[in-house]
Amino acid sequence: MTEIFLVFLIYGLLGVIMVLVNKILGPKKTNPVKLKPFECGSPYLQDRIYPVPIKYYLVAFLFLLFDVEVVYFFPWALVFRELGTAGVVFMSVYVALLALGFVYAWKKGAFQWEG
Amino acid sequence: MTEIIIVLVKIIFAMMWFLVLTLYLTWAERKESAVMQDRVGANRANIMGVRILGLFQPLADAIKMFFKEDFTPPFSKRFLHNLAPFISFFFSLVTVATIPFGDVLRIGGKTIRLQILDLNIAILFVFAMLSLTIYGVVISGWASNSRWTLLGGLRGAAQLISYEVALGLSLIGLVMVFPTLKFSAFVEYQGGLLFGWLPKWGIFLQPLGFLIFFIAAMAESERVPFDLPEGESEIVGFFTEYGGLKWGLYMFTDFMKLLLISCLLTTFFFGGYHLPWLYADGFHFPWGGTWLLPHGIVVLFQVLAFNLKVFFFCWMQILIRWTYPRFRYDQLMDFGWKLLIPLSLFNIIATAVILKILG
Repeated sequence: MTEIFLVFLIYGLLGVIMVLVNKILGPKKTNPVKLKPFECGSPYLQDRIYPVPIKYYLVAFLFLLFDVEVVYFFPWALVFRELGTAGVVFMSVYVALLALGFVYAWKKGAFQWEG
Repeated sequence: MTEIIIVLVKIIFAMMWFLVLTLYLTWAERKESAVMQDRVGANRANIMGVRILGLFQPLADAIKMFFKEDFTPPFSKRFLHNLAPFISFFFSLVTVATIPFGDVLRIGGKTIRLQILDLNIAILFVFAMLSLTIYGVVISGWASNSRWTLLGGLRGAAQLISYEVALGLSLIGLVMVFPTLKFSAFVEYQGGLLFGWLPKWGIFLQPLGFLIFFIAAMAESERVPFDLPEGESEIVGFFTEYGGLKWGLYMFTDFMKLLLISCLLTTFFFGGYHLPWLYADGFHFPWGGTWLLPHGIVVLFQVLAFNLKVFFFCWMQILIRWTYPRFRYDQLMDFGWKLLIPLSLFNIIATAVILKILG
């Protein structure tokens, strides 16, 4: 426990100190152009974010589902040898259900990126 | 008290190893790309006129970074803008604490494990920390309050979470073969022999898992061919509005992830600190010869072997980075969802069936 605490403390401090040193050492010069959003030289059109359609929200949902599945796999894989043939059969059913959902999402066009 | 001091020394050593190697990876990348493109590469930095292949370049870069202006744009969300690079940097750096650099070292009746954190759930810890680095990308894209950074942040989020699934699934087969989540135990399992001569490394038992893990991990490190979140050659990128050391932290995180992936690949699939046929008391060759070595030399060999393997994978990733062009976005997502995830599911079932048949 102390070890984790020490690791987090020291490595966190390193990042903070680096940024602070940069704050102290760096120059403070400013001009009006610098204060505007970076647009590669062309005049900027808007200075804040307007609502944008987030196309990948579906991906985020699928990620949540599948990542939870991944967590379920780990305990099964750990005791795989003790489970015998039943372990393989049950997990095959589980993976089949997972694959079914995957194919459904695919057919519904969740992985349709263009257009 | 001595325990705390030992832990502190280990933490500092791991940190120095990690940071110095990361710094010099920037040099390696520049030199290797130069060789591939028939150029000379960085060679101007010198100390008193001594140049040695531009070896001082990373030091000059680091020092320069500290003297750049620490700039926060007035239109940004100040607190989050300052926090984001720190999140990326911190969670990449913490992960190095779980990597085993060697077996135990015995000095003066003390047994020191050459690893800072020997967690029981090291794999899950590493995944958790790597997932948290995604927040650095998303928050910086959002907090910079500019269209291009927002697009970069969204791209980054979509890409990283897509490959996260394949990354997790690819290791299930490995956990089935070596039933543990502990890194030290992983490496110990890989110390055995197959058929009496082949080292029992993960690569020989899980070739498909290795391939999927390697590709998914490269996508996690956001380098070419998977560098769409930052896109060095275009304006869309999650750190477009950064400057000074905070920009440097993002750049640094990139190389840290490269190094980290090499460490993880070595630990999972290439036997960690094991040299073939090297045991605690020296070499025992499969053809019957032995070469006994003192304890200190064996530990030295182990650490060197670990480092060599890590360097190999760093070299490999730089080679890939300068060989392939960037993916188009739909190709990238197709590759992750339609190829890697089904393949890794197949790998799990195939491993289960084969393990059952072999008994």
